Amino acid sequence: MDKNHYILGIETSCDETAASIVKNGTEIISSIVSSQIQQQKQFGGVVPEIASRLHVEQITLVIQEALNEAKLVPSDLEAVTVTEGPGLVGALLIGINAAKAFAFANQLPLIGVHHIAGHVYANQLIHEMEFPLLALIVSGGHTELVVMKSHGSFELIGETRDDAAGEAYDKVARVLGLPYPGGPQVDQLALASDESIDFPRAWLEKDSYDFSFSGLKSSVINYKHNIEQKGGKINHNHVAAGFQQSVVDVLTVKTVKAAKEYDVKQVIAAGGVAANQGLRKSLTTALEKEGIPFYVPPISLCTDNAAMIAAAGYEMWKSGVRSDLSMNGRPGMPLKSWNY
Amino acid sequence: MWEKEIETVEEMEKLAAQIGGYLRPPDVLTLEGDLGAGKTTFTKALAKAIGITRTVSSPTFTIIKQYEGDFPFNHLDVYRLANSEEDLGWDELFYGDAISVVEWAQFIHEELPEHRLELVIHHTGPDSRRVECTPKGERFTRICEEIFT
Repeated sequence: MDKNHYILGIETSCDETAASIVKNGTEIISSIVSSQIQQQKQFGGVVPEIASRLHVEQITLVIQEALNEAKLVPSDLEAVTVTEGPGLVGALLIGINAAKAFAFANQLPLIGVHHIAGHVYANQLIHEMEFPLLALIVSGGHTELVVMKSHGSFELIGETRDDAAGEAYDKVARVLGLPYPGGPQVDQLALASDESIDFPRAWLEKDSYDFSFSGLKSSVINYKHNIEQKGGKINHNHVAAGFQQSVVDVLTVKTVKAAKEYDVKQVIAAGGVAANQGLRKSLTTALEKEGIPFYVPPISLCTDNAAMIAAAGYEMWKSGVRSDLSMNGRPGMPLKSWNY
Repeated sequence: MWEKEIETVEEMEKLAAQIGGYLRPPDVLTLEGDLGAGKTTFTKALAKAIGITRTVSSPTFTIIKQYEGDFPFNHLDVYRLANSEEDLGWDELFYGDAISVVEWAQFIHEELPEHRLELVIHHTGPDSRRVECTPKGERFTRICEEIFT
């Protein structure tokens, strides 16, 4: 029988300091996430400088805790994997330098992982990925449709032309005066609402899988201005519900269309906005109707975590991908295939 | 200060392209205006005018996105740097070989180069905007004279 392979994952691209150990790319042995949301709340969003400082305070503790909980020592590991980008450069560097030091001290291979590849591979921790598959990646910084024909192969078929879906949520939350983080709050207001304002949907060109959420954001702002100019007050629940319906509609329709066109075996959702209840429900219903299996990780694996980095890193390690100690944080790193 | 009333998105794109045509590294253009004023729309049109073919999308999440066109191009949204002393390597960004557009530039006022073009976009209706343009330095004054008169 093959030996078990343990991979250490490290993630610090934004406001979570995380480390995890994953067995054979599919089984979480430990996953530690130290969130900064409480500390960042008072600033109304992630402040990069504070994020970096909090990462520094947490990173060694989090890595040690991941090892302790797994009851493993560094020599049990095959490789150290870490988010190389995209993200906030100061935040990325904390995880990368910790990973380099750990890899160097313990003579382990170092592998830089793309954050979004990590989000996609969060799915591998709950079920086996079957190809070809379609991944809908929705987060604060990304809205992308990616077709995968095999492990490590990513074909971008659509992306946002302006705001990412999660960013639109956060900005609309800002307009509504909701506290950070805004996305989940808008989701909750929308779910609690029995009525919704009709906002436009940006379908773009007929054959395009691209997205645009900036116009929707402007519609929400204009709607608020109009009502307030007349001395009225907007109903936050109705606005949230209308906004959410518009976002979810576009994401669902384009995802289903792409799934059919590319004849995929499964659709997976990934990224922080995949935790959105309205979106999960809509995609589940629509894809069930088409008979296409749909998977979305539990919420703890949709938000940033290190298990997903270790899961993606395991596949890279198996394919022979290695980084060296000159690795740098890459805030704008593009999603590239490591298998073709 | 120059002012221009804009009635449509297309007019805004035209103005952005026109301004883009005059910019050279290491020019810095700052953009202020409320959420939804059209800062990203303006930047997309400007970027196109300097030969960037890739999709220019919002830099809010990562604060900076960098592109290659006829010149290197930095697109920044420094909203999240409010109340912070973070140095993202301003010297390299603003005095290097790239053209930079900075959204919410008021939050890093002290880091900006002395010579720059300042744009403020005001909402005047659903699609209409008033653009205020303040040149800092002789070169930008000349550019404004050519565009606005």
